Amino acid sequence: MGKASRLGNALYTGEKSLDFVHRRPLWYAITGSVVLLAFAALIFRGLDFGIEFTGGTEYRVPVTNASQEVAEELRDAVAASDVEGAEAPSATTAGDFILVQVQELTPAESDEVIAAIQSVVDVPADDLNPSEIGASWGAEIAQRAIIGVIVFLVLVLIFIGFYFREWKMSIAALVALIHDVVITMGVYALSGFQVTPSAVTGLLAILGFSLYDTVVVFDKVRENTRDMRRNRQTYAEAANLAVNQTLVRSINTGIVALIPIGAILWVSAAQLGASSLQDLALSQFVGMAVGVYSSVVLAPRVLVHLKSNESEVKLAERRAKARQRALADRYAAVPVFTDDLPVSESDDDPDELTDEDDDLERAAPSLSKSRTASSPTEPGLGRTPPPARGPVRQSNSSGRVQPTRQPKSKRK
Amino acid sequence: MAKRKQAPGRTLIVFLLGTALLYGLVALAGSWKPELGLDLQGGTRITLVAKGDPSGDNLDEARGIIDQRVNGSGVAEAEVVTQGGNIIVVEIPGSQRRDLVETVQRQAQLRFRLVACSDFRPCQPPAPDQGVPPSGIPQTAEPDPQSTDAPSADAPSADAPSADAPSADQSAPAEEQSGTANRVAPGFGSADQPAQAAATDEPTDGATTDGATDGATDGATDVPSDGASTEPGTPTESPTADSDLPESFDETAVVPLDDAIAFMNGGYSLADYNAFSSYQCSPDGGITKVETAPPGISPEEFEALPPQPVDDPTAPLVSCSAQEDSGDNPAPAVKYLLSPSVIAGTDLEGASYGIPQNEVNYAVTLDIGGEGQDVFADASSKLVKGENGDNFAIVLDGEVLSAPYFSSVIPDGSAQISGNFTESEARSLSTSLKYGSLPISFDQPSVQTIGPSLAGDQLSAGLLAGAFGLGLVLIYCLLYYRGLGGVVVASLLAAGAVNYALVLLLSETAGFVLTLPGIAGFIIAVGVTADSFIIFFERIRDEMREGRSMRVAVEQGWKRAKVTRLAAQVVSLLSAAVLYIFATGAVKGFGFALGLTTIVDLAILFWFTKPMVSWLARFHFFNGGGRLSGLSPETLGIDRPRGGGTTVAAPAERRKA
Repeated sequence: MGKASRLGNALYTGEKSLDFVHRRPLWYAITGSVVLLAFAALIFRGLDFGIEFTGGTEYRVPVTNASQEVAEELRDAVAASDVEGAEAPSATTAGDFILVQVQELTPAESDEVIAAIQSVVDVPADDLNPSEIGASWGAEIAQRAIIGVIVFLVLVLIFIGFYFREWKMSIAALVALIHDVVITMGVYALSGFQVTPSAVTGLLAILGFSLYDTVVVFDKVRENTRDMRRNRQTYAEAANLAVNQTLVRSINTGIVALIPIGAILWVSAAQLGASSLQDLALSQFVGMAVGVYSSVVLAPRVLVHLKSNESEVKLAERRAKARQRALADRYAAVPVFTDDLPVSESDDDPDELTDEDDDLERAAPSLSKSRTASSPTEPGLGRTPPPARGPVRQSNSSGRVQPTRQPKSKRK
Repeated sequence: MAKRKQAPGRTLIVFLLGTALLYGLVALAGSWKPELGLDLQGGTRITLVAKGDPSGDNLDEARGIIDQRVNGSGVAEAEVVTQGGNIIVVEIPGSQRRDLVETVQRQAQLRFRLVACSDFRPCQPPAPDQGVPPSGIPQTAEPDPQSTDAPSADAPSADAPSADAPSADQSAPAEEQSGTANRVAPGFGSADQPAQAAATDEPTDGATTDGATDGATDGATDVPSDGASTEPGTPTESPTADSDLPESFDETAVVPLDDAIAFMNGGYSLADYNAFSSYQCSPDGGITKVETAPPGISPEEFEALPPQPVDDPTAPLVSCSAQEDSGDNPAPAVKYLLSPSVIAGTDLEGASYGIPQNEVNYAVTLDIGGEGQDVFADASSKLVKGENGDNFAIVLDGEVLSAPYFSSVIPDGSAQISGNFTESEARSLSTSLKYGSLPISFDQPSVQTIGPSLAGDQLSAGLLAGAFGLGLVLIYCLLYYRGLGGVVVASLLAAGAVNYALVLLLSETAGFVLTLPGIAGFIIAVGVTADSFIIFFERIRDEMREGRSMRVAVEQGWKRAKVTRLAAQVVSLLSAAVLYIFATGAVKGFGFALGLTTIVDLAILFWFTKPMVSWLARFHFFNGGGRLSGLSPETLGIDRPRGGGTTVAAPAERRKA
């Protein structure tokens, strides 16, 4: 525990820091290819929709004593018949009948299923009376669900935009959400599990969870970037520190959330075979894992990318660059002494850089504008005060109102 | 807020009392096991076979409406599927849900009509005084063929063979009325003849307006009369065809209110009157034809009347009031002759039920919108002055639900049906009405009890896996957070207890059922619930890394964690609410469960975890950074020895507070 705690503290103070916001091309490439793979899986393997979506065939099996045991025997027998579309039959008792529901079958497959039923219950094939059943999750329900999801997304994006006062966070959260949902569906397609209403429910839960997790991380990002200026940080640094500070929480949440789902997934897949538990657990497990991952790795990166074009962020970026250079070699800007070096004072505060291409010009002091303006031209005028380092504000230090001075940019 | 800071113990006690109260309610409700869903426990299966041969679209539409009716409250997770070309199968959790059969299969075709005659308010056959010159009314110029055509729609085969002949003597065009009246009137005696001159004026006036009405109606919707006249050779068959295919009407058709008022004030035709006298209310609540033709109606005409009146919105209707089966001496059913429909059921925007103020019985409140609202306001203002019960009838599936009179003008379209409903009847009716009418009607349904669709071992396996996973989570929390892990354990237990109590209460009151996905959903919610503690604890630890004492760190960390938590939970709540409002069936149930766990989660965090941590912060074990408290310098990964700092800082804090 000792090492882990040290790491936790180091992450909090920023002593140790994993880079979650830079190296965009690499991470975009990784994320993009995973999403593309998921798309490919969706397109080429496709999703195997269950009876609830496609409708299917129902056999009414007349039995003398319709007990739960007989129903389960029937279910196992039909499942064991290896007919495509009958891997996950449902068998329910209904009065003097047992209803066996499978997906839509060809006549030949139907005969196989009937043979499987007859191996358990001795009834003539004519009495089985297969009938077509419609989808309980038809187009209408799908349509309503889709409308619901769209309304939800719009509302949440508006909420995030208002809460953080930053619509770019909405966009970043949306990108992370799409990433999560596509990957979850792709993994689902790869697994070959049947899509049941439980799986859809699981996917809908993922929508909420993914956004929820992103909001938690972004909340810290906003907290850190609020006084970016005072902390002498760039937006990227502040965001990165935020992600690092919430990293322990993200990992813990991920572990705590995934343990129970993992247990359900394991029990249902390994012990029970096809079941509605397995569908739900798989979509939840993948979705939550990807959701935590994307809220740490993808969403902040996209956010920083989106913000990188803002002037304020750019400015902070440049300041940081200058500061870094100053830190690396404090005397880089000091000119080498030559005989005709004009007497001047160097204003060396990197924070005060305002003009565009100062990076190069700082090394050649004689070209600086401020210097030409401030050099004493005529003798006898007394001391020319050096330019102020920044705007002069009113101060009460001497008990009277001090003159104000326009900032340099506003002066004529 | 300030109070909570000072007295975390008090909040804790209140919370525990609240939980105890919840369980007290559960004990009152009397069930300690939640209702299980279709997949785990089975339920009731209602098989509805449609009458006739409905189209696929109609069947699908009916399926959707029935789905909304059974899943109206959103938590029952009933299943509705179509089977074959004409069967709808409804599966509802719970084995004793026969009460839902009526809700499911009721066609719920609601119309508003005006009452022309009733048993209470006998009326005369349209036999106007001969002294009134027909030429005195401008409307007599109305072309006759149309008005003769109209009665054939009223009583579909009354004169179908001769409908096109303008000289048909049974119908009631103004010029021939005298002759007809002469033939009919003796059978009814003249005692009913109106005495006042004004009243004698009325029928004639009405009759001609009737002609106008029918003409206009015919122009708008030709369906019924066409149906009757295309099969003139088989008059007895056309009504049965009509009753089998009610969807052949334009169900939303209405006639202008003024025409209906004119009809009400005596503007009915003789055929209407004859139809009225040809039916009787049977004791079992239905309506049947009388055995022998009443006087004044020709035998063929009587034969041609369908066994039950056809509920055509554009034609008058003979109907009986709903049987009131409550009480020892049930009120006899009342027979009505009603005008064509003035407000269609599609204008109904909502329906609810409840006990109105100052009353004892349940009533169903209707909320009429659209054009119907204006018509309703108009009707209420025009009929409010009616003296002898100018009745307005609310007709459901051809049966008069109630025939109230207006006591005041109702501008906002809210009508109330107050029969002698029991609560379940009122609920059933309002549920049926709320989601619109079915485009098809059904034969007597068959009801079966069905078993669970999932194998029995799935529930136990799921629960076992959940318990196993939960155990691992608790162990992890204890290992990572040490002493604070105990708070997590306690909070999760409290959350579990509150959730369980709410599920029990809701399955009692709202029909909430636990399905296997639902149970899995609750287990999964553990992750999100635990996250709230993790956020909180990490904040506290962050604050302590900055060198604050635990007591300060708890309050500071709480301030920040609270905001994060609330923002994040709003997202969860939004998703829950939207899914609940927009989706149907299982998705709706899921939204409900999600919203429930989210709210419980917030409640636990605010009223249990936070006060508990504040309270624990008073103990030296946590405060002083005990080795196992989870807050010792080693666990935080900091070097500063903080032993002395806290003991000095603590009294200073107390003074400040």
